[in-house]
Amino acid sequence: MSRINNAFVKDKAFIGFVTGGDPSIRKSEDFIMRMIEAGADLIEIGIPFSDPIAEGLVIQRANTRALAAGTTMDKLFALVMRLRRKTDVPLVFLTYINPVFRYGYDAFFNECQRTGIDGVIIPDLPFEEQAEVCEVAYKHGVDIISLIAPTSEERIDSIAKSARGFIYIVSSMGVTGVREKITTDLAAMVKRIKRVKNIPTAVGFGISTPTQAEEIAQLADGVIVGSAIVKLIELYGENADDKIFEYVKEMKEAIKGVTS
Amino acid sequence: MKAGRFGAYGGQYIPETLMNELIALEEAYNWYKNNSDFKTELNELLINYAGRPSLLYYAKRITQALGGAKIYLKREDLNHTGSHKINNVLGQVLLAKKMGKTRVIAETGAGQHGVATATVAALMGMECEIFMGKEDTERQALNVFRMELLGAKVHAVTSGTMTLKDAVSETMREWASRVNDTHYVLGSAVGPHPFPTIVRDFQSVISREAREQILEQEGKLPKAVIACVGGGSNAIGMFHYFIDDESVQLIGCEASGQGLNTGKHAAALSKGEVGIFHGMKSYFCQDNDQIAQAYSISAGLDYPGVGPEHAYLYDIGRAEYVAVTDDEAIDACEFLARTEGIICAIESAHAVAYACKLAGTLSTNDSIIVCLSGRGDKDVATIAKFRGVKI
Repeated sequence: MSRINNAFVKDKAFIGFVTGGDPSIRKSEDFIMRMIEAGADLIEIGIPFSDPIAEGLVIQRANTRALAAGTTMDKLFALVMRLRRKTDVPLVFLTYINPVFRYGYDAFFNECQRTGIDGVIIPDLPFEEQAEVCEVAYKHGVDIISLIAPTSEERIDSIAKSARGFIYIVSSMGVTGVREKITTDLAAMVKRIKRVKNIPTAVGFGISTPTQAEEIAQLADGVIVGSAIVKLIELYGENADDKIFEYVKEMKEAIKGVTS
Repeated sequence: MKAGRFGAYGGQYIPETLMNELIALEEAYNWYKNNSDFKTELNELLINYAGRPSLLYYAKRITQALGGAKIYLKREDLNHTGSHKINNVLGQVLLAKKMGKTRVIAETGAGQHGVATATVAALMGMECEIFMGKEDTERQALNVFRMELLGAKVHAVTSGTMTLKDAVSETMREWASRVNDTHYVLGSAVGPHPFPTIVRDFQSVISREAREQILEQEGKLPKAVIACVGGGSNAIGMFHYFIDDESVQLIGCEASGQGLNTGKHAAALSKGEVGIFHGMKSYFCQDNDQIAQAYSISAGLDYPGVGPEHAYLYDIGRAEYVAVTDDEAIDACEFLARTEGIICAIESAHAVAYACKLAGTLSTNDSIIVCLSGRGDKDVATIAKFRGVKI
């Protein structure tokens, strides 16, 4: 069983996101460890990209800060190495296809395997284009995490069928960012996925409050929170450690014991 | 070749949220492009609204001044709204309307595509929003007002480098948030499949006419056809019906801005590397594997990538791509203005500049067609500033 699966076996999973290198690689390491101490079950580390087209303004700005701080792919791999000495919590990268393509598929997934990355989420790599990447990734034991959107409809079947790790359900139309209300019929999406394959599902895009997290946890196996955490980093910078810890702890509490 | 690919280039590297819409667009396009009512309706709009066919003008005075091949100008600047952009916009907005969309959105660099989209949206009674880099809204204030006058809402994009590439990203983000009633009128032969093909097809009217016109006027094919290349929509339109004519040289002119070695250019083929961005695999100006900020004096050319079909034509050697600097383009613009009485867009002036270099190397029996993709009204202030003239 892959490490990713471990995140979903006990409880509903809390998945936290930070952009690697925002505001520095050293602080990313601290923030990630604090999230894990607070109960995060899986961590997404964003590899910064100049033009993250699936992101709202909060994460776009984090990408800009991380790049300005001189973040590179190799520094992120070194970060993952250091984290792996301290934790077994599953780690996945979230990035765009260009940085992966430019690094070279084989070199990239080889490094993922060597340092201990369990999966990679690539928002601009839909099902139709996955073949050229998946073959290499799977060879190195790295899952490519598929996304399913409110518009996916009948595409859900084919995406779910070949999915690995977990399925990232996009809660709403548009880009990442905090939303007051999520109106998509998530229950129906989860049901359709599960009909095709018994694979964990996690919902992201727009979740920020414990109440929302609890509601989502009743429908899916995990809750993904990105912008709300990145916002704390934007606000408190180098001093965001405790704020992140408190926030993740509260969110994890909210989904503990929830059953679907 | 795989559908949606030009050799290794093209594809659909785009968020899942948009995939079903791209599939629907492809299906609708494949149906309507062979539908005689649709073709008739579009053709009537091109003739009665856009003012097609555009002239193939023999530039006698330039030809004499250069003393070589005869120079012909394909006058896309004479179209309604002043550029080739209207060809694609009429096609796409008509298609969107048939698909039941009520709202169109578009990116724009210099404003030509934004103005064309706002114009056709007004004509067809569609809601219209335009995304433009904040820097470009300042460079092209007149076009911003023009779009607003036509009833469009213009958003100044403040993310990233605040230029054309950010406007494209922002329009894609907006599209992902309201895909049900909205069509994204992509303005160049770039983006995820089927856009590069759709835009190419709607722009190929340029070479279809030009080929007939030159055969009528010269009795033979030209030695070369030349067009400027940002994303490359006027160029692919200008090349399309000449691709099978192997004797015809196809030349695309990229913006080398302040020079290819200054880092301030927009020459994706001359100086870029293969990458994947804005939905397509193609060539892009890159910097440490990030998409670089492109630069050109022409807001319409400062896009860091190029359409996938150009990448393919470049790789197989069917078309050649040359780089033209800001200085050369402005000189060519002034030269054209003073010899022929035509003020062209700075984009098009890149093609004129290279034609001036090439003409003298060819015989007086040869001809060259230059795509004059747009008129220069929007650029007058930019040229004045470049020359240090206060107006």
